Amino acid sequence: MDFGNFGTVSFTKQAKAAPFVDFLSQGKLMATKCKKCGNKYFPPRMDCASCRTSDMEWFEIKSKGKLLTFTQVQYGPLGFEADVPYVLGIVQFPEGVSVLSRVSKKIPFEEIKVGMELGVIPIKLSEEKFSYEFVK
Amino acid sequence: MKKEVAVIGVGQTSFNRNCGISIRELCFEAFKEAAEGLDISPKDIDASVICSAPEYDKQRTPAALISEYLGLTPSPSFYVESVCSASTSGTRVGYSMIKAGLHDVIVVLGFQKMSEISSKEAAEVMGRGDDTMFSSPFGTTMPAGHALYARAHMEKYGTTEEQMAKIRVKNSHYGALNPKANYKKELSLEEIMTSAPVCSPLKVFDCCANADGASCLIMTSAEKAKKFTSKPVWVIGLGMATSELNWSARDSQTSFGCTKKASSVAYKMAGIGPEDIDVAEVHDCFTISEILAYEDLGFAKPGEGPKLIEDKQTYHDGKIPVNVDGGLLSKGHPIGATGGSQIRTIVRQLRGEANEAQVKDAKIGLVQNVGGTGTYANVIIFGR
Repeated sequence: MDFGNFGTVSFTKQAKAAPFVDFLSQGKLMATKCKKCGNKYFPPRMDCASCRTSDMEWFEIKSKGKLLTFTQVQYGPLGFEADVPYVLGIVQFPEGVSVLSRVSKKIPFEEIKVGMELGVIPIKLSEEKFSYEFVK
Repeated sequence: MKKEVAVIGVGQTSFNRNCGISIRELCFEAFKEAAEGLDISPKDIDASVICSAPEYDKQRTPAALISEYLGLTPSPSFYVESVCSASTSGTRVGYSMIKAGLHDVIVVLGFQKMSEISSKEAAEVMGRGDDTMFSSPFGTTMPAGHALYARAHMEKYGTTEEQMAKIRVKNSHYGALNPKANYKKELSLEEIMTSAPVCSPLKVFDCCANADGASCLIMTSAEKAKKFTSKPVWVIGLGMATSELNWSARDSQTSFGCTKKASSVAYKMAGIGPEDIDVAEVHDCFTISEILAYEDLGFAKPGEGPKLIEDKQTYHDGKIPVNVDGGLLSKGHPIGATGGSQIRTIVRQLRGEANEAQVKDAKIGLVQNVGGTGTYANVIIFGR
């Protein structure tokens, strides 16, 4: 799969990081770690800015993390008209990375609080499109 | 005080929703005002730095066209971009060229005609301001980014929506005094608090509006400044910093690291601290942005920004007057023109030309111009 299979609206097709989308289709949200210096990256990247090598390994984010902040978006960019309102948030995971994504619509907005525990799961948007969202 | 690079002229057009003229004509108006009262001709200009956000332009490579229209050819002219902080980045480049001895007289011209593209095209552009691989696919926007900071600040420090609204109350008060502002109506706390939600907790009146407009600075070496004006305003400190484009990759959701870094560099260069600033222009694209700026620039301790506005200390007769021209919230935000407009306000304050919003005996002024959601920050300190 290429990177164009990721997200409601995609802007990039080719990327060394494209296996990220294959992992999503297999139900896994992955970050990367530099084999040389151990730096962890999310968004995942195939090149380490710290030691300037490109020898990376993938690791899964599967713990529950802490919601750092969130917002309910009423007006979206082009291509997101059908999605509004949606909630964006940032969750900090014990694996050592923070992730930006949407909070699942299954969680009522009134229940969303900074500091709450959330996990992240890959989701299938359509036959060929994958993403991930925060869930309880 | 270092007196090496001066601003000798400042100008801007009115900022409005649909200017009805072409980009080159907008730029001419700003240049014309900047040169007013100076015995200067286009042949005195050694180089020009043209600043905007190119995704709003139909014209490819506008620098040459604007240079041609202002009569500046064949002097060097080129383009600088750092989204909303483009024209202060251009000022940084202008300063560097003068300081390096490459040129003596520089024009920095910022513009944006946001009405140039359709609202559909604008909605498409809006989606591409964050990491297009990992953030944009979720429908991120500029208001959403700032709303994440607002929510985190509220949670950590107990900041309230009402405190944010008070920023708009102040800025709408000064916007009503600024003939160049798009939004000249004073707003009540209630009107702001009851406006429609955009990205919670931010509401319509917490947000600045798109606009058309241009701004212009004329900068010179110390020697040339004497030739053209008796009222030079000196650039005494500059700092710039860039944060990660990915919000989730940043250390803090309650401050802009780029502003903190840029201001510490600028203060050090000027040999002063935040307590020495008489008047400031900060990048209030949203009400929360002004509160973050109070703290990141050192006008208040972390978490105590809201108290400054509660106590009205950022009004023109307060301890540290901020955005007494109405700010982006009242003026409107023509991306590439905004930084130059902020500098214009500070230069006019230091020259004692700010009329009803004049800060008494202002000697040192500061401009903080941010690009994106805390992505780039330029902090420039001026003295007279």
